[in-house]
Amino acid sequence: MSTAWTVVALAGAATFALKAVGPVLLGGRELPAPVIGVASLLTPALLAALVVTQLLGGDRELVLDERLVGLAAAVVALVLRAPILVVVVGAAAATALARGFL
Amino acid sequence: MGRVEQAGGDRFRDGARAILPYAIAGSTFGASFGVLAKVAGMGSLAPIVMSATTFGGSAQYAAISVLDAGGGAAAAIAAAVLLNARYAPISISVGPVFEGPAWRRFLEAQLIVDESWAISAVGPGEFSRRRLIGAGLVLYVAWIGGTTVGVVGAGLIGDPERLGLDAAFPALFLALLVPQARERRAFAAAVAGAAIALALVPFAAPGIPIVVASTACLLGLRS
Repeated sequence: MSTAWTVVALAGAATFALKAVGPVLLGGRELPAPVIGVASLLTPALLAALVVTQLLGGDRELVLDERLVGLAAAVVALVLRAPILVVVVGAAAATALARGFL
Repeated sequence: MGRVEQAGGDRFRDGARAILPYAIAGSTFGASFGVLAKVAGMGSLAPIVMSATTFGGSAQYAAISVLDAGGGAAAAIAAAVLLNARYAPISISVGPVFEGPAWRRFLEAQLIVDESWAISAVGPGEFSRRRLIGAGLVLYVAWIGGTTVGVVGAGLIGDPERLGLDAAFPALFLALLVPQARERRAFAAAVAGAAIALALVPFAAPGIPIVVASTACLLGLRS
């Protein structure tokens, strides 16, 4: 098997397992109260981690670039209670502008 | 909550509609993955099969960047697995809403990606399975379709970063975070998660900071 297909097969198998952990083991169950307390905080913690890593993450370094302009536009749109599509498109457009594309 | 409820509803098509803008962005990233995979020497079919099985943009990008840099299969697999490791805590958070036989839960779970999961969150700690599946299916088709276009038309597609599409993703996650972080402890968990992730980015392999940041949910043990 070539290197490419080895990567495809093993990375794919590992991903199947990682994604299936929750639904296969926990599907249809009522969780005990302390677990619900912890699990309900998993969402904000993960979303916040995704925001900062997508905003500032580089290859093992923090990168400050035009994405910050996009996020600033998103914050303004959120404060103005704009619909989510406006928030996202505004962030992309502001970033593109800052990069001198438009 | 108004922003999210605008796109609210518990039907498959509610999730499909909510994901549309990201599916468009996702298809362009899928196309650029196809182009880069071709350039990295993966051939035409392997990148498309990888999009259908690994189905995680950052993991796939990481794997081909390792291959392109001359790294071996083991290093490429490790990079992909580390970047998709966050799907363990993510799938645990949404796990209880899946129902039916184990094989069906296993298959439906494959539609979990950051965006479909985030769109399936309908309230603090509450998820809609139908929204996740509707959103995940649309994104899945867009991602594989984009990859195919990229492999076939390698060289015709520009860099999605020029369009600022890379900034669309933190904006999406921020917009979804706001209604999730109104309660005091949820806000504390968000701040802690962001701080942990930021602190680890310079030191840990890509993907690890998000996995470790999930431990911020342990704040929920304090009453």
